[in-house]
Amino acid sequence: MKKIYYLIGGLLGLTLVYMGCNRAAGPNTNGALASSAAEKVYVAPGEQDEFYAFLSGGYSGNLTVYGLPSGRMFKEIPVFSQFPTSGYGYSEETKPMLNTSHGFIPWDDLHHPDISQTNGELDGRWIFVNGNNTPRIARISLETFETEEIIEIPNSGGNHSSAFITENTEYVIAGTRFAVPVPQRDMPINEYKGNFKGALSFISVAPETGRLDLKFQVLMPGFNYDLSHPGRGKSHGWHFFSTYNTEEANTLMEVNSSQNDKDFIAAINWKKIEDYVNNGGGTKMATNYAHNVYSHETHTGTTTMKKEVVTVDPTEIEGAVFFLPTPKSPHGCDVDPSGEYIIGSGKLSADLTVHSFTKMLAAIEGEKFDGEAYGIPILSFDDVMAGIVKSGGLGPLHTEFDANGNAYTTFFISSEVVKWRLETWDVVDRKPTFYSVGHLMIPGGNSRKPFGKYVVAMNKITKDRYLPTGPEMEHSAQIYDISGEKMELIYDFPTHGEPHYAAGCPAELLASKSKKIYRLDENKHPYGINNPSEARVERNGKEVHVYMGTIRSHFTPDNIEGIKVGDKVYFHITNHEQDFDVPHGFSILGQNTSELLIMPGQTKTSVWEPKQVGVWPFYCTDFCSALHQEMQGYVRVSPANSNIELSWSLGE
Amino acid sequence: MIMGSILLLGLFFFPLWNIELGAPQYPEPLGLNIHINGLQGQSEFDIQNIDNLNHYIGMKTLPKPEDMWEFTVFPIVVGSMAAIGVLIGLLGYFDKLAYYWFFGWLAVMTILGVLGMYDFNAWLIDYGTNLDPKAIMKLQNPDGTPMSYKPPLLGHEKMLNFDAYSYPRLGAYLMMVGMFLTLMAGFMGWKTRGKKVKSITNGTLATN
Repeated sequence: MKKIYYLIGGLLGLTLVYMGCNRAAGPNTNGALASSAAEKVYVAPGEQDEFYAFLSGGYSGNLTVYGLPSGRMFKEIPVFSQFPTSGYGYSEETKPMLNTSHGFIPWDDLHHPDISQTNGELDGRWIFVNGNNTPRIARISLETFETEEIIEIPNSGGNHSSAFITENTEYVIAGTRFAVPVPQRDMPINEYKGNFKGALSFISVAPETGRLDLKFQVLMPGFNYDLSHPGRGKSHGWHFFSTYNTEEANTLMEVNSSQNDKDFIAAINWKKIEDYVNNGGGTKMATNYAHNVYSHETHTGTTTMKKEVVTVDPTEIEGAVFFLPTPKSPHGCDVDPSGEYIIGSGKLSADLTVHSFTKMLAAIEGEKFDGEAYGIPILSFDDVMAGIVKSGGLGPLHTEFDANGNAYTTFFISSEVVKWRLETWDVVDRKPTFYSVGHLMIPGGNSRKPFGKYVVAMNKITKDRYLPTGPEMEHSAQIYDISGEKMELIYDFPTHGEPHYAAGCPAELLASKSKKIYRLDENKHPYGINNPSEARVERNGKEVHVYMGTIRSHFTPDNIEGIKVGDKVYFHITNHEQDFDVPHGFSILGQNTSELLIMPGQTKTSVWEPKQVGVWPFYCTDFCSALHQEMQGYVRVSPANSNIELSWSLGE
Repeated sequence: MIMGSILLLGLFFFPLWNIELGAPQYPEPLGLNIHINGLQGQSEFDIQNIDNLNHYIGMKTLPKPEDMWEFTVFPIVVGSMAAIGVLIGLLGYFDKLAYYWFFGWLAVMTILGVLGMYDFNAWLIDYGTNLDPKAIMKLQNPDGTPMSYKPPLLGHEKMLNFDAYSYPRLGAYLMMVGMFLTLMAGFMGWKTRGKKVKSITNGTLATN
């Protein structure tokens, strides 16, 4: 009996607690602020965002990492541009990452990030990006958030319909925007027509390591291959490229390449071409391109020059390539999550053209051709077209998708995002952007499984959105909540460089595997030291190698004598910390390069060529600890003919 | 009794004590697991990182197993006590020994435990107060005496930017359960003295 009383008492107590909670929570959840935009984007101090967003930096050459919905920037990942912040492209280890067949290039124009996929869903292993100007593809690790590999693309010019991956990350696909002579040669520009080629490159990705290999190039007619997206699901094995300048004009392009009423979307059956190449098809062409690989063991990049590429003439493979007529110089070429619909955004038009993959296969089967171009069949427009979206906007560019059968298209000229329904092609909603939007991004919006909660619109024009900062401003981006029937503008934030495309994924896909440190016991840098006790200075003629250790809050050694004017001094700095977020930096007065920022367990090298006699200080550039200001040292530089012995010390 | 003694062996697998150091810069606290045969970081590099921070206040680096006799002697003592306990338990089970042997074992164990705690505390005092006179940071209490960095023996204490938490861990809890079981076994033995010890031991086992 007593037990029953206890039980009743306990239940009563619980009920009271429960009611108390309810009362306390009531005003917050049901109050007037509940649906406010501020609440939707507010990520309280100490809280973390729901999504990662990777925004390309365009002409910054780098990739920026943001959180959604807060719009907070977490990191700029250096890829194609030298980055003095970390020493990327300045340190001896990372300089090779920027090697090309044209020599060292300190910059590129980074446009389109794409996260690796398995079965058409984001798997968060790597993110791939393209360098537009000197054609290159880079692979960035999503454990270290560092660039691990850059491969140059030969026979390409304006590597723009890139870097898009197939649904199991079999290939990174990179198409040329500018047609060029293949191979490059000295010839009159006005003989472009019929002579220039458009190379579409298929770069295989090793499943375990992510290692890139230029497997083959499809040499297409000399059109401009603008953007592309992979088939998925039923259309896996195909890749779709939008084209313009099917006129093959070579001057005053804005007029001369806008004459044809329809250009094409090129449908490439890459599985078929892959089989052909695997069975010995294709032609080996002599060429020259750089392949740069960074190792997290040696913390060093190495360049290999490749001398050969397999090229494929698509007309030699039955059924490998078809053209789908698409109005008005299509720009975006986007594939819906089911893989059925291919959306061509005729950028000089008001309407979107949607092609059906099923109809395309039927048209191929039924040979519904409407002529050919350079031996490639052109499918009849009416036989492949699934629908037209009468958007009411102007200048459609890019489309992303949610998981509920909706598509979202940006309109550059009318400056808006338009939401419409697949299959009915009805416009559901439209919201202005500020101003002249280019790409947009829904996390997973370019995969079989979109996470349709937010769309980010990335604009080309900023004007009055923020406090003015002179003629040059950062670009603006807007975040819209798309969880309801109507889109709702919830935030506006400046971005870095010029974001073109972006890629996003749920935070939990990456957050837990983000590395905290590099392990010292895995450091295989040839000039790294496992322990500060191994610190030393060695002379080899005019070359001096300093094996230096750093740990809070001193360098080992911190006094060096016996350096002479004319020496080339390599400071190999190892960070001996094994604690999260304790980098050390290094800089020395008069160095003709950037500082180094060295993560725990890493070794990086800076070269210093002292030109003046004196005692020159060096110091840690990262406020590493309470005694950071004391983390400093001196190098004594003597005249070239002096005979001062090399010596080094700490605390003597 | 047998179970109780065997539980002591848990000390070979699980830490006896744990000291955690949290600070604004260490939202994920650094931690030190104290085993009977040495110290281990709660995360892989915690010992190195604790030492690194301690060098600012001139504290000695944390001892390796070979630096302290305790880490050699404690395992022998614990192992021996467990073996003796099992032996007493077995002899008790076969009616060769009376229940007060259980209490005897418990008394010895308690004395050893108290001595161990005393020794542990002495070690903490030594590490917390016996500092390098050339320490980078020499801090004083308001009354002018040098500040001690001795973590608490048990509980929480605020030291500079660090919150130190010191609590027993699984090894110690197993030991306590073991000692409690022994107490129960002795108690049952005392209640049924004169009867067969065999049933008592079974009874104790059943209470598990």
